[in-house]
Amino acid sequence: MRFMLLFSRQGKLRLQKWYVPLGDQEKRRLGRELVQTILGRKAKMCSFLEWRDLKVVYKRYASLYFCCAIEEQDNELITLEVIHRYVELLDKYFGSVCELDIIFNFEKAYFILDEFLLGGEAQETSKKSVLKAIEQADQLQENIDFQMRLFPAPS
Amino acid sequence: MPAVSKGDGMRGLAVFISDIRNCKSKEAEIKRINKELANIRSKFKGDKALDGYSKKKYVCKLLFIFLLGHDIDFGHMEAVNLLSSNKYTEKQIGYLFISVLVNSNSDLIRLINNGIKNDLASRNPTHMNLSLHCIANVGSREMAEAFAADIPRILVAGDTMDSVKQSAALCLLRLNRTSPDLVPMGEWTARVVHLLNDQHLGVVTSATSLITTLAQKSPDDFKTSVSLAIARLSRIVTSASIDLQDYTYYFVAAPWLSVKLLRLLQCYPPPEDGALRGRLTECLETILNKAQEPPKSKKVQHSNAKNAVLFEAIALIIHHDSEPTLLVRACNQLGQFLQHRETNLRYLALESMCTLASSEFSHEAVKTHIDTVINALKTERDVSVRQRAVDLLYAMCDRSNAKQIVAEMLSYLETADYSIREEIVLKVAVLAEKYAVDYTWYVDTILNLIRVAGDQVSEEVWYRVIQIVINRDDVQGYAAKTVFEALQAPACHENLVKVGGYILGEFGNLIAGDSRSSPLVQFKLLHSKFHLCSVPTRALLLSAYIKFINLFPEVKATIQEVLRSDSQLRNADVELQQRAVEYLRLSTIASTDILATVLEEMPPFPERESSILAKLKRRKSPGNQPGAEEARQERERERERERERSLNGSAEHKEGGAAAAAAKTSLYPSADLLGPTGPPPSTGGSLLVDVFSDSLQAGPAPLDLAPPNTSVSEDNFSRFICKNNGVLFENQLLQIGLKSEYRQNLGRIYVFFGNKTSTQFLDFSSTLNVHTKPADPTIDAGAQLQQILNIECLEDFTPAPVLDIQFRYGGTLQNFGVMLPVMLNKFFQPTEMEAQDFFQRWKQLGAPQQEVQKIFKAKHPMDTEVTKAKIMGFGTALLDGVDPNPTNFVGAGVIHTKNTQVGCLLRLEPNTQAQMYRLTLRTSRDTVSQRLSDLLSEQF
Repeated sequence: MRFMLLFSRQGKLRLQKWYVPLGDQEKRRLGRELVQTILGRKAKMCSFLEWRDLKVVYKRYASLYFCCAIEEQDNELITLEVIHRYVELLDKYFGSVCELDIIFNFEKAYFILDEFLLGGEAQETSKKSVLKAIEQADQLQENIDFQMRLFPAPS
Repeated sequence: MPAVSKGDGMRGLAVFISDIRNCKSKEAEIKRINKELANIRSKFKGDKALDGYSKKKYVCKLLFIFLLGHDIDFGHMEAVNLLSSNKYTEKQIGYLFISVLVNSNSDLIRLINNGIKNDLASRNPTHMNLSLHCIANVGSREMAEAFAADIPRILVAGDTMDSVKQSAALCLLRLNRTSPDLVPMGEWTARVVHLLNDQHLGVVTSATSLITTLAQKSPDDFKTSVSLAIARLSRIVTSASIDLQDYTYYFVAAPWLSVKLLRLLQCYPPPEDGALRGRLTECLETILNKAQEPPKSKKVQHSNAKNAVLFEAIALIIHHDSEPTLLVRACNQLGQFLQHRETNLRYLALESMCTLASSEFSHEAVKTHIDTVINALKTERDVSVRQRAVDLLYAMCDRSNAKQIVAEMLSYLETADYSIREEIVLKVAVLAEKYAVDYTWYVDTILNLIRVAGDQVSEEVWYRVIQIVINRDDVQGYAAKTVFEALQAPACHENLVKVGGYILGEFGNLIAGDSRSSPLVQFKLLHSKFHLCSVPTRALLLSAYIKFINLFPEVKATIQEVLRSDSQLRNADVELQQRAVEYLRLSTIASTDILATVLEEMPPFPERESSILAKLKRRKSPGNQPGAEEARQERERERERERERSLNGSAEHKEGGAAAAAAKTSLYPSADLLGPTGPPPSTGGSLLVDVFSDSLQAGPAPLDLAPPNTSVSEDNFSRFICKNNGVLFENQLLQIGLKSEYRQNLGRIYVFFGNKTSTQFLDFSSTLNVHTKPADPTIDAGAQLQQILNIECLEDFTPAPVLDIQFRYGGTLQNFGVMLPVMLNKFFQPTEMEAQDFFQRWKQLGAPQQEVQKIFKAKHPMDTEVTKAKIMGFGTALLDGVDPNPTNFVGAGVIHTKNTQVGCLLRLEPNTQAQMYRLTLRTSRDTVSQRLSDLLSEQF
């Protein structure tokens, strides 16, 4: 996979993950153009399209579009399920996820993605394992929060 | 109310995000952001040391601002500091910031690497994972240098946690993609392959991706993965009882892993071992069977996962192309998808069938679906699906169905989207020519093309119709009649005027007997279009008029009058004016005989491969091959060549056959070395910078007077890769200069031997190791000798011919070889193309063996102009505006050999920061990709 984008129906990018090295400007330009291309497509159209030298797989969940750009030899259908599994992970973690969760907890969305996909490839496809990893991290965090409440930092 | 369901209490961040969301305008947003940036900056600069929590919060805000699309030029240091925090949550934010922003600021890389190093060594799995994720996300060269050696150890160590192994595997994969030279797998290979046997399916999933990537690059090293992958696949697919727990996805057993294993197997040919092969066939059959079973769930996820495995299995079946039953079964199952209610499945079925059409085993089976595909072309609402239908029709076309398919494509063209019209035009033109039995059909088809989609009919297409009409006398009369009729239309496309003008000018006499198309009527018809046409078309029409004067003396006066008019004789366009003046003069002074000779009918064009076909041929990817027949023949030829090679496959033989044949070796003295003999070199374009001047100043380097007998000099060989002229060899006795020119598959080399001494050379001979001919045996003191070598490229080749030089100087015999700079890239013809074409072809040459990629360090200063000159010197056209990144270079060309032409696309991506280049070559032939990559990568 080359990159993954999450964006709203208004075309606002909510999450972007790049698995190929590109300059910031280039990323912005690609992102902008691809978002426009996808928003311009009608609801019942195919989830796959050829775009520049890439294959693009996308799906809309409520107000959010999830979109992956993959390599020529990559499998479109399994990519569609990569998207779905990620949505399930977010859903399970946030409890019925909505766009606002991803806006306000964008860092969590990135952490979950890193547990699931790394270097553009599926790392751990078990939902339980991914969530366990994230919850362990949260656990560490809560312990620290707890400590902080006990010993507040000098202000 | 912000929906902070799970936060860690970074309230300031939530408030800031709310503020941004409440901004009514872009200006307000920017204002709020600037305020925040100022605040953070002052906090970071302040005297008071920030605690970890605040640092984390501010870094997170900066990250948010960056992700909104604003530039961030500070905060990196604070993020790096967070890495060394012992609080997980702070560390995590630090890593996230670095992962997202690091390529815009790499000064800190040493500090970052330090943080990573500590975490990698920490033996705390969560920290190790964070650091591995960071390496995988950034994947920079510096990181590869620092960690590429450690990660394999972590990956295969017995006591590493499963989750860390998973991260390590994919981390290595990423580093291998970005800096393959820095990731030596050698000693780890066997243990990495063994991960396919791991108990933890997550580990197997990650490892399979890694192994696939590595196997694509060095298949031999990872051969053993084939049997393990088949065993694993078989356990997942065929044993129904096995419970994969959470790796079962909507009732499908481990779909991700199955897809990856099937992908890995596509790096290899079918296993030779019978039992193994049987086991794989059994797996594939089971997958095909399962796809036919009633669904276990109505959820689309179930069907997608199941079919993802099915399509990957079919891809493997097509890749092996050896099991007719499986191929035909695959085709039948895809056939069912052609009418599936899911658009996605229809799309994929069309795409996959394209490749099936190119297999000799399944071509016929694909053809049975022609009506469904034609229907798809007419009824699909999504253009991307219709495009797949066009591709499939093209792929399944052969002599039996060509008329039907061409007719359908033509009628589709009337309403086709503009984005795909040009490609359809090309396809129709190719099919019409390839499968024309009677050429009247061909002429009708092309004229229809011009009528329906004149703007998309490129020069190649209309040139080709003229070539064919001129070469085939049985169709000339029909062509003349047809264009005459077509030109009657009140509005006709300019391309039609061109074709009409040319054909009537040549063959108008064939229809002049009919009073309805008498000479005068023909002329008036053509001339009625004249004023609406562009300059090149008008020029063509003027030539048609002078041809008319020869064909029909009765209209001479009328035409002369037209030529004489001010609008012609005084036309502002020089070309038109000149034609008018010359043609008028010619018609006035030349006798009928002379006119008849000068304006004789055009001689037949030499029969050669259609230029349109060549244009399409560069797409070797299945489905775009002009008809499956072609693909099969190509494969046959390939096999034959393979056989020949193995029969008498000594290196010498191949060298001789492939590289060069000195057909004519003549030696005659020439007054000055590198004198201006011979026509200018054909490659190059205008080189503003002479990048090669250094080689001319290369002094008389080698001190040894007489290199040992067998030595072959290749010192200056690589200097000739991107240029054609210069000094090839020099020692204290002899200087050898070269001038060479190449056209298509032919080349001529002028070799100049300069005697630098004051003594005559005796018994001089210079022979090519392929062909021997006696040469003039003496070179006088201080004199030069010229030798001409004619080269023909028969097929693609790697070894260069060696010029064997022998002479007597004083009493000693001098004998040495000089490698002659005849390389594959000399037979390039540059090809200009638009970005869209380029990407299309690029994609079509996407098979792993067609691409060769190399990453290497710059050996010379990275200068854009120099690089451009080198790429043009290499022989390809340099394409502007194709690569979305303007700092990259993109080139295209066709290698001409006697028997075939190989289209080549190249892309060079400089990374000035790292002083590295990445060079990617895609051609339809793996040996060519490899050779070109080897040649070009030495140049920068």
